[in-house]
Parts: sequence; C-alpha cells; structure tokens
Amino acid sequence: MSTHPDALLKVDSVHKFYGDHHVLRGVSLEVQEQTVSCLLGPSGSGKSTLLRCINHLETLDAGRITMGGETIAYEARDGLMHERPRRAVDRQRQDIGMVFQHFNLFPHFTVLENITLAPNLLKRHSKAKSRQLAESLLEKVGLADKRDAYPSSLSGGQKQRVAIARALAMEPRVMLFDEPTSALDPELVGEVLKVMKDLAAGGMTMIVVTHEMAFAREVADVVVVMDSGVILESGTPDGVFTDPEHERTRDFLRHVR
Amino acid sequence: MRTVSLAEREQTLSQAADRIAAKKHPGRILLAVAAACVVTWGALSMWFNPALDHETIYKYLTAESIRAGVMNTIVLAVISMVLGTVGGFIVAVMRLSSNPVLRAIGFSYVALVRSIPLLVLILFTGNLALFWSRVDIVNPFNGDIWHSWDMNDLVTPFIASILALSFNEAAYMGEIIRSGLRSVDQGQREAATALGLGPWHTMRKVILPQAMRVILPPTGSQFVTMIKMTSLVSVIAGGDLLTASQNIAATNLRTLELLVIASAWYLLVTGIATVGQTLLERRLERGQRKVSV
Repeated sequence: MSTHPDALLKVDSVHKFYGDHHVLRGVSLEVQEQTVSCLLGPSGSGKSTLLRCINHLETLDAGRITMGGETIAYEARDGLMHERPRRAVDRQRQDIGMVFQHFNLFPHFTVLENITLAPNLLKRHSKAKSRQLAESLLEKVGLADKRDAYPSSLSGGQKQRVAIARALAMEPRVMLFDEPTSALDPELVGEVLKVMKDLAAGGMTMIVVTHEMAFAREVADVVVVMDSGVILESGTPDGVFTDPEHERTRDFLRHVR
Repeated sequence: MRTVSLAEREQTLSQAADRIAAKKHPGRILLAVAAACVVTWGALSMWFNPALDHETIYKYLTAESIRAGVMNTIVLAVISMVLGTVGGFIVAVMRLSSNPVLRAIGFSYVALVRSIPLLVLILFTGNLALFWSRVDIVNPFNGDIWHSWDMNDLVTPFIASILALSFNEAAYMGEIIRSGLRSVDQGQREAATALGLGPWHTMRKVILPQAMRVILPPTGSQFVTMIKMTSLVSVIAGGDLLTASQNIAATNLRTLELLVIASAWYLLVTGIATVGQTLLERRLERGQRKVSV
C-alpha cells in the first residue's frame, strides 16, 4: 500500500486481545479522504473489532489510531498511550459516524427525533436548523414521509436508512458501516446499498465491513482482506478480486461467491 | 384476516353449517355459589359478633386523630417511596458500574438491608439516640462546638420512620431498577455512545426511558406494599394510621373495633393505589405495542 502523507485515518500496529484470544495482531491501515474502503474476510477475522476500535467502542491493547493527525481516544505520554477523558473521547466520536448491523434505532423516539437527538443534545445547531438538516437527510435516504413514524413500524431496510441519516446528522468526517445489510431480508439489501453508493458518490469517506462482494467490487476504492487478526492483502477491487496474492484470499473469495 | 363487527360475526355464523355449541360449565356456577356462601357467612359472623361494638366503630371511623393518621400514612409512604427510588437508582447504577469498589458497596448494601427485617431496622432508627445522644458540628481546628442538637429532637419518630422505610425501599428498588436498566439492549448504549453522547445523556435520554417499561409495574406494587408496611412504624409511635388507632384503643380498650377501623382505611388507600397502578400498567402496555418489534 502506498503511503500518502494526507491519509485521513491511520491505523498503526493495533493489537487487541479478548482474554487469551489475539483478535487484532498488529493491524495497520490507511484511509484516504473521500474514499471507500471495504473490509472483507471470514467471520472472526477481526474486521468488526477493528471498526469498533476506530470509534473506541473497544479499547486497544497496543498501537494507535489517528484521524487528521489526532490520536483517537489516547494520548502519548511518558512512552505509553494513556486513555483520554471520556468527554474528550466523546468529542472525537462526534466526527465518526457509525452504522450497526442491527440498526440500534431508539425505539421510543420517532424517526425525526432519532436523527435530531444527538445534534440537539450536543447543541450542534439551533433546534430549527437541526430539524431542517434532519429533514433534508430523510429526503436523501428517501424516507421523508416517515419522519413522524416510530421505528417499529418500519421495515429493516427503512430502519437502516434512518440509522444512516442519524449518523450523518452529526456531519461526521468518516462513516463506519458494520455489516449494514447482514440483518436484512434479501429484497431489502438493495435500497440500503443504493443509499451507501449515493453517499460514496457524494465524497463521504467510508469504511465498510461487508459480505456484499458486488458492492465492494463496484463502489470500493480499496478492498482490505482480513483473516485471523491480520490484513492478508489490500488493493483495488480489480486487483484483489481478479488476481489475489494469497492462497487464503483466493480461498475466501471462492467461498463467498 | 379481516376485522368485522359483532353483527357481521353473528350474520356469518348464523348461515354457517355445523355451528359449534357454546361450551357449558356447570361446575363454575356451583363453585361460585359455595364461595359466596362461605364469604358471606364469615363476614356476617364477624360483623354481628357480640364482641364488636358498632357504635365505637362509627364514632371513631372518621375521628380527627384517625384522619391525621391516614394522612401521615400517605405522606410517610410517598416520601419514603420517593427517597427509596432515588436511593435505589444510585444503588442500581453502583451495581452496574465498571468500578469494582462501587459494585461491592452496592452489593453489600442490598445484601445487608435485605437480610435485616424492616421491623428491626425501624427499632434501630427509632432508638438512634441510644447510639449517639447528640449531634455536634465541631470546628475541626480548635474543637469549638458550633452547633449541637439533641438526637431526639433531630430524629423524631416520624423522621426515624422515613429513614427506616427509605433505606429498606432503596435496597428493593435498587434491584428493580437494576433489572430495568439491564433489560435495555446493549446496542442502544453503543448507538448513543457512537453518536458522541456522554454517559449522562445516554442514561437520561436513551436507557432510562426504555428501562421504565420494566421498572414501573413492580414499582407500583412496591408502593402498595409500602402503604401497608408503614403500619410497622407504630412500634416507635411513628404517627401513622395504626399508631393513631392504637392510641385510641389504649384509652378505651376497644382493640378490635379500632383494628377494624384501621383495616377499612388501609383497604381504601391501597385500593386507590392499586387502581392507579392498574391504569398505569395498561397505559404502558399500550405504549409498548407501539414501541416493540
């Protein structure tokens, strides 16, 4: 992988253990601004854990992750990485949007309230402005008519589109997608992928953990293949899909196809 | 599926072949009659018992001290419930904390309070002056006493009652609130955190509103129980309904009549509370249908 000095997000030699499980074994990765990176790999390979480390839903055991030059959730002092105070980490998280496999919409709020909750509580804009922004985001994901509905009345695809709008409402610099279509009925996958494609076309920096090979091939700028806690290889979709370096990659691609 | 009116249902069924006959339950009628007989017999034999003086019941049923006792019982129950719920929330948050010291404190509190009978707890708080007869505020530098209270003035029987009932309630509410907080999916906390919300916003706006569905129903029945438990403070003359009725009984020796009076009032107050709880639960259930799935 070529090293650009201007990478927006850098993951540098990250290690993560769950007890005696070495889930991330020195993972390094660079994500350029306005690109889409797709993380592929068999389940248990550590791709979701890596994603969750980026916005500090998981702590690190070694290594560092930086965004725009600032280390996320930690600061170097006396040769060690010290966790930042919760308040500082929360501020950093505001710049990192996340979309979950199971949507995790707030069931006691309407669609519009789901989207405006964080911007209002964190006083991003005036209430009127964040409402306006929420409505334009709903327009963008094609759910303007559902603004007053509760999540329980939506289909899985609609829920996930609301979840994307909710994350976008904080105007993040990067969006993380953790298997966004894995919990959907097959006929609903397309509408979510379309929203994601539009988002990519609009220049959003995205990191996507997915099993949708067609999406990765079509939309990704970089495809990263992980296996048992390490990055096997990464490159353009064409390179990785048509001429994989590793036998393991070839194996994996054969199985998912 | 199609929704139909009762008339339509009758219409359809009246034209259908092989209608199913309504099932007969002869046993139920028999059982109901027998139960009614037993209850009526029991009630009559108590009410018309020569040992029971009806005049006394009528005379004291709405006596001023009894009414004051009812009021005190309600005030005692409400204050203790509020303090107990606040304390319970703190206990619950401690027990769910990632800090092992806080967890241990929360756990020990619940274990301790739940294993001491409430009656014993009430006797302790009622006799606090035996532990510490005075409460002094002392200047830590020269030992001057700035202010001093007699414990018996500071902790009146009423205050002692509130203390014991609240401490006791906090342990039970702690468990109820903890299970409520735990019932909220972990993904909700993660979603709020990922948006950059801090722990306070996450708790107040995301976790607690959802936990309420689990917390409120048992809290309602805790309150009904609390109304009845206030009667225990009569052992330290806490000024509640039972204290008031026993004070009267101590002078006129009409023990039975005054117990009947107290029971009647407890029945009324808990009855109202139970109706309130049922309404609340029904409302929650309606909200739940909107929210779930």
